[in-house]
Amino acid sequence: MPEQKEQVEQENAIRVEAAPVRRKITIDPITRLEGHGKIDIFLDDAGEVERAYLQIPELRGFEEFVKGRPAEDMPQITSRICGVCPTAHHMAATKALDRLYKVDPPPAAKLIRELVYNTFMAEDHALHFYFLGGPDFVVGPDAPTAERNVLGVIAKVGIETGKKVIAFRRRLRELMGVVAGKAAHPVFGLPGGVAKRVTPEVQKQFQDAAADAIEFAKFTLQLFEDAVLKNSDYVNLILSDLYSHRTYYMGMVDQANHVNFYDGSIRVVTPQGKEWKKFEPEQYLDQIAEHVEPWSYIKFCYLKEIGWQGFKDGEKSGIYSVAPLARLNASDGMSTGLAQAAYEKFFAALGGRPVHHTLANHWARLVELLHACERMAQIAADPQLTDPHVRVLPTETPREGIGIIEAPRGTLIHHYQSDEKGLIQKANLIVATQNNAARIAMSVDKVARGLIHGGDVPEGVLNRVEMAFRAYDPCQGCATHSLPGSMPLLVQVRDLSGKVTALIRRDLDGSIYRE
Amino acid sequence: MAKPKVAFYWCASCGGCEETVVDLAEAILDVVAAVDIVFWPVALDFKRKDIEAMEDRSIAATFLNGAIRTSEQEEMAHLLRKKSAVLVAFGSCSHLGGIPGLANLFDRDHILKTVYLDAPSAVNPDKIFPAQRSRSNGNTLELPRFQSSVKTLDQVVEVDYYVPGCPPTPRILQKAVQTLLGTDLPPKGTVLAPDSALCEECARKDSKPEKLVIAEFKRPQDILADEQTCLLAQGLVCMGPATRAGCEALCVNGNMPCSGCCGPTSRVQDQGAKILSCLASLIESKEDAGIERAVDTIPDPVGTFYRYGLPGSMLRQKKLNGVQASK
Amino acid sequence: MRNRQLTRAPVSAGTFEPRIVAFFCNWCTYLAADLAGTSRMKHAPNVRVVRLMCSGRLDPQFVLDAFAQGADGVLIGGCHPGDCHYQEGNYKTLRRYHLLKRLLKQMGIEDDRCRLEWISAAEGDRVRSTINDMVERVRALGPLHFNVEREDHREEVTV
Repeated sequence: MPEQKEQVEQENAIRVEAAPVRRKITIDPITRLEGHGKIDIFLDDAGEVERAYLQIPELRGFEEFVKGRPAEDMPQITSRICGVCPTAHHMAATKALDRLYKVDPPPAAKLIRELVYNTFMAEDHALHFYFLGGPDFVVGPDAPTAERNVLGVIAKVGIETGKKVIAFRRRLRELMGVVAGKAAHPVFGLPGGVAKRVTPEVQKQFQDAAADAIEFAKFTLQLFEDAVLKNSDYVNLILSDLYSHRTYYMGMVDQANHVNFYDGSIRVVTPQGKEWKKFEPEQYLDQIAEHVEPWSYIKFCYLKEIGWQGFKDGEKSGIYSVAPLARLNASDGMSTGLAQAAYEKFFAALGGRPVHHTLANHWARLVELLHACERMAQIAADPQLTDPHVRVLPTETPREGIGIIEAPRGTLIHHYQSDEKGLIQKANLIVATQNNAARIAMSVDKVARGLIHGGDVPEGVLNRVEMAFRAYDPCQGCATHSLPGSMPLLVQVRDLSGKVTALIRRDLDGSIYRE
Repeated sequence: MAKPKVAFYWCASCGGCEETVVDLAEAILDVVAAVDIVFWPVALDFKRKDIEAMEDRSIAATFLNGAIRTSEQEEMAHLLRKKSAVLVAFGSCSHLGGIPGLANLFDRDHILKTVYLDAPSAVNPDKIFPAQRSRSNGNTLELPRFQSSVKTLDQVVEVDYYVPGCPPTPRILQKAVQTLLGTDLPPKGTVLAPDSALCEECARKDSKPEKLVIAEFKRPQDILADEQTCLLAQGLVCMGPATRAGCEALCVNGNMPCSGCCGPTSRVQDQGAKILSCLASLIESKEDAGIERAVDTIPDPVGTFYRYGLPGSMLRQKKLNGVQASK
Repeated sequence: MRNRQLTRAPVSAGTFEPRIVAFFCNWCTYLAADLAGTSRMKHAPNVRVVRLMCSGRLDPQFVLDAFAQGADGVLIGGCHPGDCHYQEGNYKTLRRYHLLKRLLKQMGIEDDRCRLEWISAAEGDRVRSTINDMVERVRALGPLHFNVEREDHREEVTV
């Protein structure tokens, strides 16, 4: 066996060497997102793009190392999947714990959770617009590297506005800290409620902050209109086919099919915008499946019933999208007044529902920002918020629980099984950006093919390739929470005509298969 | 005079430490005025090749967060060490291993199987796994190698200073930066936070009784914790006695016990062992059966005592039978 | 201190000789060990004894450090409950020991590798029999090699 292994390895090496070496352009690392990634762009002899790959090189293994951990630790452990959206994981985990222990939190607890959650959605969406994705528009996609960032944005919009942005986030995060312990990795989620009540003083602080937040959200939408929508170059970019894909769209909605970040059913619409499915969290395994590729650690989600047809658009492909654009596409409206008006304006400007232009995510995100601020105000005004009864102690033996929430970057699913002592036995996590992973891969590939010709690759072009993923506001730390070990390997060797000339597989047990 | 160059990088991390820098809020404008940030993938577009092109030790200080999990992260740690005059392990993961360090309780091969084959939502009939080298459409693609265990930064390169916390609070970071910019640099290897236990700065300190006796420990969902009284006194497992201060006990203010993210004080080598010693000595019973019953109420000692610190602990990783063979 | 490098395990030929570190309290077990010595009782030579004033002085860090630095087993000896020279010290030992055993189990260290015995000053014979028994149990388990780094796999996978 070892000899055969060695022989195959030698043959593998020879085959890989003998294959033509394509000119490869690498963007490493990709920047202005959460997480790690690189983009490898392969050119053929004519200098055209053969294919571009967004590879995610990072993994940590949450689904394995949470085994044996007490279930009540999961909100704090899983929040470390992502330090930019920890509250999303914390909340999905907490909701899963409610189901695990079959306990229903008192009304005040639900209000507190939803208040903190919308506060988080607001500050995170603002972070993305001003710090991560926005610079591409406010400063410009071809601006020098040193200016394409939040500092460039501040230079462009002025220091006073810059301070406003910073103050907005600081204030919201401080308030979150008062209720949740801290904004960076909150601690307040427990099965059956939250750890701490909200006092009337804190309620007043939230009311004041929410009122200011709504103004800030309106200001940001106006900024987007002035800096982006009134710039015909940017509008053409947004509407271009290069940055568009026709896929299914998924998001959480309430009973009226309005966008709801915190709770509801999951709705999926077709590329034509018709409702295709509406399901409850408990049914997610019937609806969502994960596909594996050997060139990335991320798993690619797709609609199980339709199936994996490869990285393709269209109604016959199971690929779908999540996060702001998808949520707006998958819903019939927003439950708050100003956001509803913004929603209608959005679709009117872009030709009706559904909108397939990926870059429109940036705009959709701001509609959601406004909605989150309005929800803050609504909940903060609720007198039940300060009720001191914020916990129900669990009495049932824990077994299994599923919690779903809309993270800023998409639908997030936490699914736990525990033993009777409440120690985790199994965990399955489908994390926001995974739902977008296939479409992001397609976006990067399509844009690279569209912009790179004759082997010419100016730096601004590479940033425009990166813009293809940035619109999704990906969270690769989230998406690759899992940890592989090594290397059962599947090697497909193709000649120049694309014909597979060898298929070599090495399994976990070391056995080699050649076909 | 040119501004000192500063870099931020992340290894096996969650991005929370990056958020701390952003959470400096208005103070970040002062930072930006004082230094030249030459590398910060979350916020700036500088690439790896930009760092490779720099002269050795030309970066005044690099703040590196995240544990070392992959070969690429190991390479970046070496690269940044080379290019930096001062290397700071920023946050629990680079300091102690962090939450990703819990993976040291597991075998890497089993993890692969769980994620790519056994996950209930995975559909993988061809048993495909991410590979260090793979071919697609005639292209050779590479991914970093996953090491068989998680390491702290100082297990890979020499580290000058540590900034503790998961993530470090903006205040801890600000004080650390002030110290580093000052003239009186502390000895190499110093953890830049107060060298006393968290109980010292906890608002509930006065309610901690002189003599504390615990019949059985409580899990947070078992009780309604009073918002004023010492949490340990209420029977919850609080890591405070074995954890370094500096964070102002934010979790306790959130009415949840400290989970130990800042690591131990300088007088302790293994934080988990210390809290074990402390909690055990509080147990009421004097005989085997009663002690066993009390110990049963801490269902996951390693996960609780070493949530952030397993790779940096004395034992570092679980002994895996049959896999750990030296050739 | 913190940067202790892990090592490769030595390749040994022949029978495995366990290395056991023992922590004995000054007033009881250490005296008993002395007694075993002066009485010329023969026992296995595999034990290195560290004297503590009280078994309650045993910091769990000592146990972990012993394993981390290559010990195959750790033996703890103290006064019988009720006889502690410092009144309550050995109760603290007992409590810590029970919790420590749970931790060691989670870390993959077999039960027989860490042991607590109450041995009074007059019980030299118990020192002998405890040591002999423990050495054989640990010998059966084989070397712990806790200080050996996990190999970084290259291409192979073993399950």
